[in-house]
Amino acid sequence: MKNKADIVIIGGGIIGCAVAFNLAKKGMKDIVVLEKEFLASGATGRCGAGVRQQWGTRQNCLLAKESMTILENISDYLEEKVDIELKQKGYLLLSFSEKETKQFAKNLEVQHSLNIPSMALTPHQAQEIVPILNTEKIHSAAFCPTDGHANPFLTTEAYAKAAKKRGVEICTFTQATAIKIENGKIKGVQTDKGFIETERVLNAAGGWAYEIGEMAGLKLPVFSERHEILVTEKVPPMLDPMVMSFSFNIYCQQTPNGSFVMGHGPKNEKPGHNVNSTWQFLEAMAQKVTYLLPAIKKVRVVRQWAGSYNISPDRQPIICESEQLPGYYMAVGFSGHGFMLGPSIGVYLSELITGETPSYDVTLDLGRFARNEIIAEPSVV
Amino acid sequence: MREDDIIICRCEDVTLGTIRELIRQGYTTLEEIKRIARCGMGPCQGKTCTPLIAREIAAITGKDIHEIMKQNHRPPFGGITFEEIVSGRDEE
Repeated sequence: MKNKADIVIIGGGIIGCAVAFNLAKKGMKDIVVLEKEFLASGATGRCGAGVRQQWGTRQNCLLAKESMTILENISDYLEEKVDIELKQKGYLLLSFSEKETKQFAKNLEVQHSLNIPSMALTPHQAQEIVPILNTEKIHSAAFCPTDGHANPFLTTEAYAKAAKKRGVEICTFTQATAIKIENGKIKGVQTDKGFIETERVLNAAGGWAYEIGEMAGLKLPVFSERHEILVTEKVPPMLDPMVMSFSFNIYCQQTPNGSFVMGHGPKNEKPGHNVNSTWQFLEAMAQKVTYLLPAIKKVRVVRQWAGSYNISPDRQPIICESEQLPGYYMAVGFSGHGFMLGPSIGVYLSELITGETPSYDVTLDLGRFARNEIIAEPSVV
Repeated sequence: MREDDIIICRCEDVTLGTIRELIRQGYTTLEEIKRIARCGMGPCQGKTCTPLIAREIAAITGKDIHEIMKQNHRPPFGGITFEEIVSGRDEE
């Protein structure tokens, strides 16, 4: 392991690997990524693997669209032939009320201003896209045909491989244990395998973002929350798009290998790092999915797991350099959409770190809370 | 038959050659190999392939097999249909 670096990135998920790749591409020399387990072992590898551009705020639409463009061209982008199991069969968002339909209409306007090819659908049109859909209580739907799926492990691995090729040192099974600060300046990062001298640190620790903030004496306004998920056996294709509802609280997709992946947002979940599975989730999910997609009832569940959402006050990521501690960068609080925003955030953050003008006009800094510029994103699950 | 063509994970059709190649590339834990090659993600959830892969890792890296086998087991124990889960609910 290097004992001196231009930047130490804490966290080997999609964000850490994407930033490392972008910085190396810009010519930064000594970049070290620390990952306490294996790549994508935390939030990234536990996510629902969806990539959607149907958001309700301009900046989320922009970042998601840019991410999708990168994923669509990932081999050219990384200059390496890679397969990330990209499937673009859309996201079908379901509305269960007039109020929700009105919100969808507003969101569509925002999306169309950025040329995202989304559209409003009647329940009947939704059923044409998903013949197994129970439309009984569905008021309307929204659909974007270019949304879809990418494999989080393979995407993270692809970035990591391209980063390594450009000189990045990725240290798996290596844990950051302390950040050394003297006179208000970062001096280095202590790991369980040695000390790395550096003036710059990036907190890309996903579920452990708060703790990595504390290491530098920062109280970041984020906490972690368990979100459970399950996967089924592989079956022949029967569901093209990701089906999702905010009000019915479910997301469900059939991945390219044929297995269904689904989850929902928990109620009354205590903050913390518990990622155990529960039978209560299994039962609740079975109830919901057999109501919405009855034909799925004969499919077997083979595995359950859970991951951490790292949640910020407005459920939007916090991406900036710390005002309190120069050289301390953070990409935290993704609140469940870090994987799908990862590619564009990798670009944006590398520009912040090298001091270039950012490619995207977005407000994601920590200071937004003090300024009361909360991001009012209506479409999160 | 070439040794490399032997199927190690019958659920996901992963061969011994693929497993050995991943170990040589530096993926020396069950967790990493599972996530990249999908072995252990199928209907049997690794009940067949896990010990076989662990032995390969031990043979190539010299690691202790007991250290390698410390993998988390995720529920449910066996495959169960949504229908069976729903029908198990008490009538209210």
